[in-house]
Amino acid sequence: MNFWTITQELLQGFGITCLLFIMTLILAIPLGLLFSFCSMSKLSIIKVPTRIFIWVIRGIPLMLFIFVIYYLPSLLADGNAAFNIFNTIDLKITIASGSSELLWQGRFLAVLIAFVINYACYFSEIFRGGIESVSQGQYEAGYVLGMTKSQVFFKIVLKQVIKRIVPALSNEIITLVKDTALANAIAIPEIIKCAKDMASSQALIWPLFYTAVFYLLFVGLLTVVLNQVEKKLSYFKA
Amino acid sequence: MSLLDVRNITKSFGKTEVLKGISFSLEKGNVLSIIGSSGSGKTTLLRCLNFLEMPDSGIIRVCDKVLFDDADKATLTDEQIRQNRLHFGLVFQNFNLFPQYNVLENVCLAPKLQAKALPNYKTDAKQILADIEEKARHLIDEVGLSAKCNAYPCELSGGQQQRVAIARALALNPEILFFDEPTSALDPELTGEILRVIKGLATKNMTMVIVTHEMQFARDVSDQVIFMDDGHIVEQGTPAQVFDNTQNERTKAFLARFNEG
Repeated sequence: MNFWTITQELLQGFGITCLLFIMTLILAIPLGLLFSFCSMSKLSIIKVPTRIFIWVIRGIPLMLFIFVIYYLPSLLADGNAAFNIFNTIDLKITIASGSSELLWQGRFLAVLIAFVINYACYFSEIFRGGIESVSQGQYEAGYVLGMTKSQVFFKIVLKQVIKRIVPALSNEIITLVKDTALANAIAIPEIIKCAKDMASSQALIWPLFYTAVFYLLFVGLLTVVLNQVEKKLSYFKA
Repeated sequence: MSLLDVRNITKSFGKTEVLKGISFSLEKGNVLSIIGSSGSGKTTLLRCLNFLEMPDSGIIRVCDKVLFDDADKATLTDEQIRQNRLHFGLVFQNFNLFPQYNVLENVCLAPKLQAKALPNYKTDAKQILADIEEKARHLIDEVGLSAKCNAYPCELSGGQQQRVAIARALALNPEILFFDEPTSALDPELTGEILRVIKGLATKNMTMVIVTHEMQFARDVSDQVIFMDDGHIVEQGTPAQVFDNTQNERTKAFLARFNEG
């Protein structure tokens, strides 16, 4: 195998890495916003369970949580760990069609669920911090001008929250890029898994180190984009 | 008939009684100053009148329309509270401008959101928005900041920010404008420019309620002065009555300390 075929092979794995990253980001942000509202609710019947849930999810390793999502439904269904309902699901993702194994698609769903819930919990705490840091005076200024609660949130508070949370969120987003490697715990052929497979089948170790280039380029690109966002919001102080 | 009529407002936070039955009324075009030491309940009174706090009991009327009556407090909806607030404008001690909007946008934001509820908004949106903007520019000009329309709050001095806040409050045509210690966050030089703006409004017969520690200003601008102490109104009258012919011992002691300084 030459450099070029190995690069192609790794690119396929990287496609899955990117897919997991993007899908998690798209789904975890709104879910995190929902969690943050629930954790700030005045009703303790909503607030307390949400905070306990966030404590549990943030308290257990993501890898463990992936196993829980993957195995628990089948264990509960018929107590048989050998059979797994996720393995019967075909999402028809064509990103790695060359891959001989199609069974990873259902497992991808399991990993995605675990990632989305896990990251929604982390995001929700960032959102909560951001929302609570906006001074009460901003809300009151909106209310005395006859604005509704949702107008105050969307027209006044939200942009100030975004400005404040971008640095913390950037950190979490960059961590997410690298956490996608945990998907190989249940044999999702993301980039690290591809490289590891090569190490065992071709007796090549350097592709494993080569994966770092993909991560570095991706994180570099994200850093540029996130800095741009920060710069765009620097025209005001809040 | 008075424009604002407040009857027996009380408010407690936990076991602390902050307002112990406040009653007063205000005629259209008059200026009322509320003075008193910190913690006497002045700010809480303003916040109750603007529904930022819900009074425990009492009645608030504007032009004979009951905005608040403790008898049917439980049925007061968010929408009614919002409508009630539109009778009033409030200028805060620390301005509370919206930092992400420039001066013009700060003044226009609320009127533009209000306009969306107009029946003819869909057809005449362009004209309506243009009118709002023109009016906003006029108000900004009146507070002397027409050169700063595109500046953001962080680029303005405290005095300029407070003048924008006044223009912003006026943009919704409130029947009564409330000021909560509008100059307390400003140095003496900047205080002057705010007081001039408020005096300007007084000459245009704007009905105003001003909580202030500027005694000389209160004396000059007010038609009526209230001295509050420990949740009560202990003295009330024209500036001449309150400042020159003080009856209450507590008021005398308070004013004496000011005259020393």
